[in-house]
Amino acid sequence: MPDFIPFRLNGENLLAAPGTTVASTILSSGRTLFRRSVSQEPRAGLCGMGICFECRVTIDGVPHSRSCQILCRDGMEVRTDD
Amino acid sequence: MIEECDIVVIGAGPAGLAAAWAASQSGRRVTILDDNPSAGGQIWRCGLPPVWEDRIRNRAIEFRACVSVVGLHQPGSLLTVKDDRASILSFRKAILCTGARERFLPFPGWTLPNVFGAGGLQAMVKHGAPITGKRVVVAGSGPLLLAVAAYLKQRGARVLCIAEQARPRILRRFKKALFREPRKLAQAITLRWALLGVPYRADCWIMAATGAEKLEAVTLRSGGKRREIKCDYLACGYGLVPSTELAAVMGCRVDTGMVVVNHWQETTQQGVYCAGESTGIGGGDLALVEGSIAGYAAGGQQDRARALFRSREKANRFRRLLESTFRLRAELASLATPETILCRCEDVPLGKLSEHRSWRDAKLQTRCGMGPCQGRICGPAAEFLLGWPAESIRPPIFPVCVKHLLNDPS
Repeated sequence: MPDFIPFRLNGENLLAAPGTTVASTILSSGRTLFRRSVSQEPRAGLCGMGICFECRVTIDGVPHSRSCQILCRDGMEVRTDD
Repeated sequence: MIEECDIVVIGAGPAGLAAAWAASQSGRRVTILDDNPSAGGQIWRCGLPPVWEDRIRNRAIEFRACVSVVGLHQPGSLLTVKDDRASILSFRKAILCTGARERFLPFPGWTLPNVFGAGGLQAMVKHGAPITGKRVVVAGSGPLLLAVAAYLKQRGARVLCIAEQARPRILRRFKKALFREPRKLAQAITLRWALLGVPYRADCWIMAATGAEKLEAVTLRSGGKRREIKCDYLACGYGLVPSTELAAVMGCRVDTGMVVVNHWQETTQQGVYCAGESTGIGGGDLALVEGSIAGYAAGGQQDRARALFRSREKANRFRRLLESTFRLRAELASLATPETILCRCEDVPLGKLSEHRSWRDAKLQTRCGMGPCQGRICGPAAEFLLGWPAESIRPPIFPVCVKHLLNDPS
């Protein structure tokens, strides 16, 4: 298994340890905002187990992906809201 | 794609693993499905005990991760989605071990980034979120708070305080009762030892979280006084809520939020069993024994199942103790103001909801509970705040692309 997995977060090249979820790498990057709610409030994950859907981001072009349930993969493109 | 299996187990937490193992010991081929990237459920997230690591490698057991069960395709087969591909899995018997989730109660500021569930923050950290040196307040109710606080502290967090809403008198009674549960008592002592120096406040709860774009401080109510604490994270959960959606769409009877089962752990649908937290919150030991009973019963080994009835009864005693100790106080229902958002998916504030008479009425008029979580977070909150019981669940029980529903894989 590789030591680190390269992926991109909002266009920035980053590395994640194997077994890291996308949600955790977003927090590691220093970001706190995952998405804007329907009334534009800042939101981030809540339940950490795929139930609340608050940690939704776009992964490899697929919107509404639950970042807490998906492990980082080599070359993955992750996009949060601004 | 259509596949067949003998016994399907949904959920790979303690109940699901025990069920799969017991069923495989009865000579059955078992397929376990789980929505998470690895087996273990919440309690063994990123840390499956070695004995279960071995057992899951048994040739008669096939474990599949990252599989969302969307609902029934038709009686006797499930529609599942994995990696954006749908498939149908037909089964002879099913054992539902869908576990539980945290109960979240709304208070002003609870939607701010860095406000997590208690188990929620623990899961994030287990999967690599940095916590060293971060200031964390752990709050809510139940033994999970201690486990989470101890874990975060051990990982380098500065746990500023544990706020437990239960009254000190009731907690003292709980401690006394623990002497009849040696294993639980040992766990409690280990946790308290690990948490030396961390204030544990009973009769204490979060009134509000504040911050601009993220959490900056929480306001605690303790002993009739308000106190503000600056912190980086809040880990807050008010106990657990059984996850009963799959059982409900499979036609199993659900009563007062729990899946109804007989002594074989069989639901009201023949050949569909249910074990663990989805039949009532009782902790890992009860989940293991219920899972084993379900697995043996589904595998046709009623004698081996029956031999476990006594252990189940003993583990049930602890469940009743938990229930009576960590009952939520009424004051928690009045923390949210009319402006506080109750439904986080659709941003519906409490004030908009309380104009309506029932959950269904409020749903139709405000869209509360109709976002991607399908009421999993706001439903239990509305039940506690407004006294509205949850209503019927409809498939698909997880959001799914229309293409998966249209392109019938059969």
